[in-house]
Amino acid sequence: MVTRRTVLLGSAGLAGALGALMVGWTAMPPRPRLVTSDPLPTGPGQSALNGWVKIGADNTVGIVMCKAEMGQGIYTGLAMVLAEELDADWAQVRVEQAPIDKIYQNVAGIVESLPFHPDDHGTLKAIAERITGKAMREFGLMLTGTSSSMRDLWLPMRQAGASARAMLVAAASQEWGVKARECRVEAGRVLHPSGRSASFGELAAAAASQPLPDAVVLKDPKTFKLIGKPRKRLEAASKMDGSARFGIDVLQPGMQYASVEMCPTLGGRVASFDATDAQKLPGVRKVLALPPLYGSTGGVAVIADTPYHAMRAVKAVRVEWDDGVAANLSSDEIYQRLAQSLDTDEGFHFYKHGDVDAALKSAVKTVKAEYRAPYLAHTTMEPMNCTVQFKEGRATVWAATQVPDMARRSVAKVLGLAVEQVDVQTQLLGGGFGRRCEVDVIAQAAAIARESGGAPVQVIWSREQDTTHDFYRPACVSRFQAGLDASGQLLGWLNTSAGQAIMPQVIERMLGLRAAVPDRTTSEGAFDQPYEWPSARIGHEAVELPVPVGFWRSVGHSHHAFFKESFLDEVAHAAGRDPVAFRAALLARRPRHLKVLQRAAELSGWGQPLPAAADGTQRARGVALHQSFGSIVAQVAEVSVSPDKRIRVHRVTCVIDCGLAINPNLVRQQMESGIVYGLSAALNDEVRIEKGQVQQTNFHDNPVLRFDECPVIDTEVIASDENPEGVGEPGTPPVAPAVANALFTLTGQRLRRLPLKLA
Amino acid sequence: MTPLTINRKPVEVLAEPDTPLLWVLRGELQLTGTKFGCGMALCGACTVHIDGEPTRSCVTPISAVGLREVTTIEGLSGPQVAMLKAAWTDVDVVQCGYCQSGQLMAAAALLRQNPKPTDADIDAAMAGNICRCGTYPRIRAAIHQAAAMAAA
Amino acid sequence: MSTFPPTRGFGVGRMKTAGMLVAGGWLLVAGWVQAQPAAASAPATTLRSPSQFSSIADDKARSQALFVEAGKVIQHPRCLNCHPNGNRPLQGDGMQLHQPLVLRGKDGFGTTAMRCASCHGAQNFQATRSFSVPGNEHWHLAPLEMAWHGRALGEICKQLKDRSRNGGKTMDQIIDHMARDELVGWAWSPGAGRAPAPGTQKEFTDLIKAWADSGAHCPT
Repeated sequence: MVTRRTVLLGSAGLAGALGALMVGWTAMPPRPRLVTSDPLPTGPGQSALNGWVKIGADNTVGIVMCKAEMGQGIYTGLAMVLAEELDADWAQVRVEQAPIDKIYQNVAGIVESLPFHPDDHGTLKAIAERITGKAMREFGLMLTGTSSSMRDLWLPMRQAGASARAMLVAAASQEWGVKARECRVEAGRVLHPSGRSASFGELAAAAASQPLPDAVVLKDPKTFKLIGKPRKRLEAASKMDGSARFGIDVLQPGMQYASVEMCPTLGGRVASFDATDAQKLPGVRKVLALPPLYGSTGGVAVIADTPYHAMRAVKAVRVEWDDGVAANLSSDEIYQRLAQSLDTDEGFHFYKHGDVDAALKSAVKTVKAEYRAPYLAHTTMEPMNCTVQFKEGRATVWAATQVPDMARRSVAKVLGLAVEQVDVQTQLLGGGFGRRCEVDVIAQAAAIARESGGAPVQVIWSREQDTTHDFYRPACVSRFQAGLDASGQLLGWLNTSAGQAIMPQVIERMLGLRAAVPDRTTSEGAFDQPYEWPSARIGHEAVELPVPVGFWRSVGHSHHAFFKESFLDEVAHAAGRDPVAFRAALLARRPRHLKVLQRAAELSGWGQPLPAAADGTQRARGVALHQSFGSIVAQVAEVSVSPDKRIRVHRVTCVIDCGLAINPNLVRQQMESGIVYGLSAALNDEVRIEKGQVQQTNFHDNPVLRFDECPVIDTEVIASDENPEGVGEPGTPPVAPAVANALFTLTGQRLRRLPLKLA
Repeated sequence: MTPLTINRKPVEVLAEPDTPLLWVLRGELQLTGTKFGCGMALCGACTVHIDGEPTRSCVTPISAVGLREVTTIEGLSGPQVAMLKAAWTDVDVVQCGYCQSGQLMAAAALLRQNPKPTDADIDAAMAGNICRCGTYPRIRAAIHQAAAMAAA
Repeated sequence: MSTFPPTRGFGVGRMKTAGMLVAGGWLLVAGWVQAQPAAASAPATTLRSPSQFSSIADDKARSQALFVEAGKVIQHPRCLNCHPNGNRPLQGDGMQLHQPLVLRGKDGFGTTAMRCASCHGAQNFQATRSFSVPGNEHWHLAPLEMAWHGRALGEICKQLKDRSRNGGKTMDQIIDHMARDELVGWAWSPGAGRAPAPGTQKEFTDLIKAWADSGAHCPT
């Protein structure tokens, strides 16, 4: 894999030949993303114009959706993008699931996961990005994640819409014997000045047999009719009348149900089990043991006629567990090991600039601190589940998944099938947050379906199994040193952190490979930020531990933003300077970032007196600025503390620069979503491990933010013509530090651990 | 067989009397609009109405229901509900949607019994319904808007 | 104030010392009872029977001691959680504020669209192997005038006896309530995941009866 010092080209011999091949392959243009390898499946009267849009004789426009809808609004956003260039009538637009194909593989998200600083414009980075981009097209994944769906498909789906539009015009102009450039397209119809007109539905079949245009002209953004407007979500109505189908709502004829109970110790397995009692219970068909699969902990499963029969019976199975290597692991020990690793090693240096050691030595004032963040569970509202049918050498998978082709591969592997014999039906997701990038429950469902005699089986995890068998946001310890000169100017910034790396675990459980790569997620949020440190060194030491870790909304940013923005506030206070002004001084050459920061300060009334809360307690403001997934977000939190030390957040002002906002309302929704998700964790959540067992189980001991605790959220989306950037995750990182910084102003207590608890 | 009244229709179910109503609805009756979130009355995703009162179906055995009227999200209707859903759409409440059946059941009961709820009334009625996507502020706005629509 | 045992018989001086020691002991006990947080870190699980108090010759002292013993139930989380000194019930053995937010409402049975019965059914519901959702047909909060949480046992005793604050009950009706009320009885079968009140409902009732019979004196 690419490291900062890797050079790909050898000088002679085999290395030279390979190098030449690599250069050749890199230089070739990327494979076009317009058409799938196999023809798209179409319904009666429906014609596929390319891999992204099908038009029906009934005049419906079916936009082929390769991304999963988990509430982030991507169905609507991407449909708007294609429909814009197609000039469809929004009322005729529908979303149809994409099959699995290379053209749908996520490129942008993976490329941006390379461990380079955003300011790095060097050749090595350019080569690495190009190679990774091409590699992802060939060997990569269909993935909804890393807040990259819009960035990934903004151009391809515009091109697809424009291409289809051109084909419709070509069909019309052929039929009417007129020139294509005389036609115009409006709201789902092709029109000619002579008065001729035809709907998309009428032209679809003829359009589909037109050759693909060589080149397309994309619209000038000034002429956008759909993009930039707050269109309503396409699937909202079905989510309000009970008809929307999430993974757990799949109904198939003859469907059976399964419940699973996994070893309470993470990574353990079944040594032996006794199903005598369970099998006596009504409705029970089979009891089986499951080995660890694709990261899941081993356990037992009961297949039964109804969900309740399965749930009740699984509690009656007697199991002897083989606890495995995590059996003696505790949270206290984990923190100790993380802290100790920093005593000896700074880890991989993700960013170096200037001589920070000299800067610290020459500093008049030094600030030092250690921060900590715990493991976190995802806690999607819809618990983990999957439905699989394995019959006559074929399998169908119904899953709420962010990774449909990984789902397909895992089921094929478990059942000993070729991937072509497995069909994946992606459902709506009742929350993803990165949890549904994993295929553990999908692989389990396949193993269970093998035992049901060809009947489809729906596996549903209890909330307890879900909370205790997650892929957690890694715990992290982070140490900072900063030096100030006599006039309070920052001289140097040193930050080293330690925690588990996610990517090696993901690669191992998905591909069965052990790969040591510098995992960007371990330091993102720490090393890749816009502040111009006069000198800096930012490193991360990856510590291997048997706790399953995975992508939690905003990943590395989720804790590094808290650490970095809180410590920056400490330094600002040490320098005797206002936190907003101190940040602004470090962004002097970053106009976009400055604008976001200053706008947030303005909107929140920063610097003006803050009236007391309704119950008479004082309030204070705290600020945080963070860049993630291409977007810049600043938040100001207004906080008070009750006499019994409960933290109350009254308002969060949020400003985002996400480039072009495809649908400003969806962007605002995602800011609200990210803030509530991040605040819930900041105030409440800590997954604790004792003897390798997660102690939290359900909403009573793993509480989440409730309706009455939710702040007022004011969001402003900065108008921009830049390419659209991510919005699903960027709302989360700034909220914890904004609240912590407000608490410091209010109480003088500097909280360096999450969840936030006042002494 | 246990007789029940679901969305104004009499049904007979095979499930044992101690089976929670939630699983009878979702499994045997194939009404999947009512959701499973926690199994312990902590999250509100399973909220139905029994004789018009919001009730957590995940902890209600069918033996305790009798012939009382059970209303699920599929059966929630009427002019007041239409206004609530119109407000919900206007304010763009929904994100992933998984909690929304329960949220609407709670909100509909609130408005039917208290047509002009204050913020404190809304807090008290809705605090039992968890949302992980952060729709709380918009739910509040939609309830106020529906109340205003009804008063107009 | 606690009463001193009578000084009779022995030399006055020694008696005085003995009396002062015993008095001091009772003061300590009384102070301890009042100073105890309502849920001790290792709450009692058994109740002594009235006969175990017969050695206390003085009726008033014995009466008070009986009530202190009954106080192990009265000030147990199972009772205090629904006798809060406010509008929100408490929850769990740790007596935290009930999550989610729920309020007594107009009648103690909850607010509009969030009645207690929304989540609390007629019976305990076993949710997992180790946890249940408590239930009772009459699940509701005691009225505010019957608030016990945060009050000294002696104060609670006075409330219990005061007909203007106990729902108009006579002593017989109080005993009947303790003996037969189902919601009171729930405290001894609260379902998995929470500690039952000490002893049994019968033992508790016996103590209350004996307390009533000995003059229903309140501890100070």
